[in-house]
Amino acid sequence: MLDFPLWKRISLWGIALVMVLAALPSIVSLTGVRWPESLPDPMVNLGLDLAGGSHILLEADQTQVARQRLDTMEESVRDALRRAEPRIRHGDISTSGGRLSFMLENPGQVDAARDLLEPLTTGAGLTGQRDWTIEVIDGTRFVMTPTRAGLELAVTQAMDSATEVVRKRIDALGTREPTIIRQGDERIVVQVPGLDDPQALKDLLGQTANLEFKLVDTSVLPADAARGVAPPGSQIVPYAQDSAFAGTSIAVRRLGGIRGDSLTNAQQSFDPQTNAAVVNITFNSEGASRFARLTTENVNRQFAIILDGEVLSAPVINEPILGGTAVISGSFNVESANALAISLRSGALPVDLAVVEERTVGPDLGADAIRSGILAMTIGSLLVIALMVAAYGRFGIYATVGLVINVLMILGIMAVMNTTLTLPGIAGFVLTIGSAVDANVLIYERIREERKRGRRVIAAVEAGYREASRAIYDANVTNFIAGVLLFLFGSGPVRGFAVVLIIGLFTSVFTGVTLTRMWVAGWLRRTRPNHLTI
Amino acid sequence: MRLLKLVPDNTNIKFQRWSVPFYVVSILLIIASWALVFTKGLNYGVDFEGGQEIRATFTQSTEAPVAELRDTVSDLGYSEPVIQRFGDANQVSIRVQLPESAEGDKAAADRISDEIIGAISADHPDFRLDGNDTVSGKVSGEFRTTAIYALAAAMVAISIYIWVRFEWQFGVGALFALFHDVSLTMGMFALFQMEFSLQIIAAILAIIGYSLNDTIVIYDRIRENLKKYRRMPLPELLDLSVNETLARTVMTSLTLLVALIPLLLVGPSSLFGLTAAITLGIFVGTYSSVYMGAPILIWLGVTSDSFVPRESAADQQERKARGEA
Repeated sequence: MLDFPLWKRISLWGIALVMVLAALPSIVSLTGVRWPESLPDPMVNLGLDLAGGSHILLEADQTQVARQRLDTMEESVRDALRRAEPRIRHGDISTSGGRLSFMLENPGQVDAARDLLEPLTTGAGLTGQRDWTIEVIDGTRFVMTPTRAGLELAVTQAMDSATEVVRKRIDALGTREPTIIRQGDERIVVQVPGLDDPQALKDLLGQTANLEFKLVDTSVLPADAARGVAPPGSQIVPYAQDSAFAGTSIAVRRLGGIRGDSLTNAQQSFDPQTNAAVVNITFNSEGASRFARLTTENVNRQFAIILDGEVLSAPVINEPILGGTAVISGSFNVESANALAISLRSGALPVDLAVVEERTVGPDLGADAIRSGILAMTIGSLLVIALMVAAYGRFGIYATVGLVINVLMILGIMAVMNTTLTLPGIAGFVLTIGSAVDANVLIYERIREERKRGRRVIAAVEAGYREASRAIYDANVTNFIAGVLLFLFGSGPVRGFAVVLIIGLFTSVFTGVTLTRMWVAGWLRRTRPNHLTI
Repeated sequence: MRLLKLVPDNTNIKFQRWSVPFYVVSILLIIASWALVFTKGLNYGVDFEGGQEIRATFTQSTEAPVAELRDTVSDLGYSEPVIQRFGDANQVSIRVQLPESAEGDKAAADRISDEIIGAISADHPDFRLDGNDTVSGKVSGEFRTTAIYALAAAMVAISIYIWVRFEWQFGVGALFALFHDVSLTMGMFALFQMEFSLQIIAAILAIIGYSLNDTIVIYDRIRENLKKYRRMPLPELLDLSVNETLARTVMTSLTLLVALIPLLLVGPSSLFGLTAAITLGIFVGTYSSVYMGAPILIWLGVTSDSFVPRESAADQQERKARGEA
């Protein structure tokens, strides 16, 4: 038990040394000194509550994905049936109840229509499952229902590309080290540390940036539009809050417009005549030709520029626009025009994202918290050291040296694992110090007891370590259970607490039991005392 | 050199003599705690209640104008704002519920906080915004469920572990002691209406860990003594075990307290709730290990035979074959 051959001593010291060294960069940079870049730099990240910054949890609207898929399917079906040879006439098309249904005029064309529609329903997944099921009722009515697997896949894909879009937008802001993580099926966590202006970030993420150009349905009377009554094939869209026509709505044709996703560039600029902020957009070749066709076919008609379901403006097409560029005017200021330009460049979000949780910490508070946290930890550690040395003398010194190594090792491991230190994590340190001390107290009290019972020095020390180990082991396992559950169920800062607690359990046993035993053993061997002051 | 001895040698305090009255008091306290939790309710923070919480410091003032702030925020049309001191005297947190329409709508939530912050900083130029949390009802509901799961799962998993390592009576005893600690902590939070947040869940799990540490140390000694003193009556044996580990119990609690109290007094204000809960838990946890965890073993029928390997069926037959009783 007290036998430590040289190789054992070297490896124990080695382990401690490596982990303590790993803590060095973090400690140096906490004091404000820059760590030289040429050296390896495992670093403990500071959580938002310490560094300041923003945490935003975004949640996708699944019903919107479903609705969009339905619209796209409707358009594809219309297209396919129109292009069929011979043409398949159909009517009574409806998308209510989350499914697409329509009737064929000629029941004889059911098989032809089915052959045409089957390819549209094949899933993109590898399982060969279909995204949609096709049923034929009463011989003429087609009902297409989205399958659950298809919808889930669509949501996953939408979230994948939404995450990518979010990343692009945040990168465009030039913030440092953002963390962007998918969470679960429908959420994205965005964390940006040390952000001075969280408002800009929020403006960017809040915009779906779904830009559409749709023809205005001038047959609808303004009174009907105001009441929200639209003829089939048209929809009512409100003007944007800050536009000149805010509060009114116009009717636009539901299909046949252009989506703003076929852009190669978008830039904020100024209208040469009015000097108002506008956004210049450049279509890619496909978008350019579709835009040219739309404007050529509809000269002197009005078309609406719609952003995220609100009309920005509805200009009249004076002449065909063939160059593939367009100017979006609205009631912009420079900032909002710039935000829109970034959003359009990074692409539209495939799905609306709602902010379901948002936490912002000012940088001053974080700095205060670090300062007072370190102060409290220092005072606490000094008191613990004083108490331990007063109670256990030489053994107390071993325990406190172990304690210091323990704290450094936890920091080192956290740095290597690239984990985050949060405010509750500091409390976790205090608790770890407590449980590490407890291991030593258990051992030393046991040694006292064994001495009282008349055991000789070496036997008493051996018995102390052996008998106390059982309780230390059980206590650590149960604490480990609590820590893991805390980590699994906890979120954000609370996880930081769990991380310190879990790492601390392992290092506490290492420093509090193994290292002190090695030191005690070395001392006993050197001096062979026949009396113990403990 | 004479070393500090907090507990004299060979103490022989008759802890178990008072176990019944202490038990009665503790059970009454548990009932009172839950009664408080259900009648007075917990002061849920934004984590569990949802809504918006603004934290701020009035840098030039010694004390935050809480009453005035309540008027300012109420005048803006947000009924029942929760405004409380938070850490230092010049720090406050202001909590308002989001109207139904603003759920998940960031722009609306931002408008609310801009409005409140604008109104206050107009009156107080030394207003410094420290943090701003918005949690939607959906997310706060999830936090609540996961918190309950985490606590329940931790208590059950730990009890099962103790059952496996010791005997079932010890598992039940530990579970009861933990239930006592969690109940009293919650009761305290209900009584003083301190903000109950995710951090407090972390604190409660830490208390569970600590209290268990204590319970295990005593249980371990009980197990050892049960094997050593086969003929000692159980109450006496429990007292012996508690007394033998008393020096350790006091020393450990004291070291934890001297580490925690600076954190409580000069530490970051946002950690106050967490540290206060853990500090409280150290007292409650130490008490429950001695008075809740130990005596229940008597009533659950732990005997000196509990850790003697049971007779196998084969042994039993052999013994009968030899004609012994």
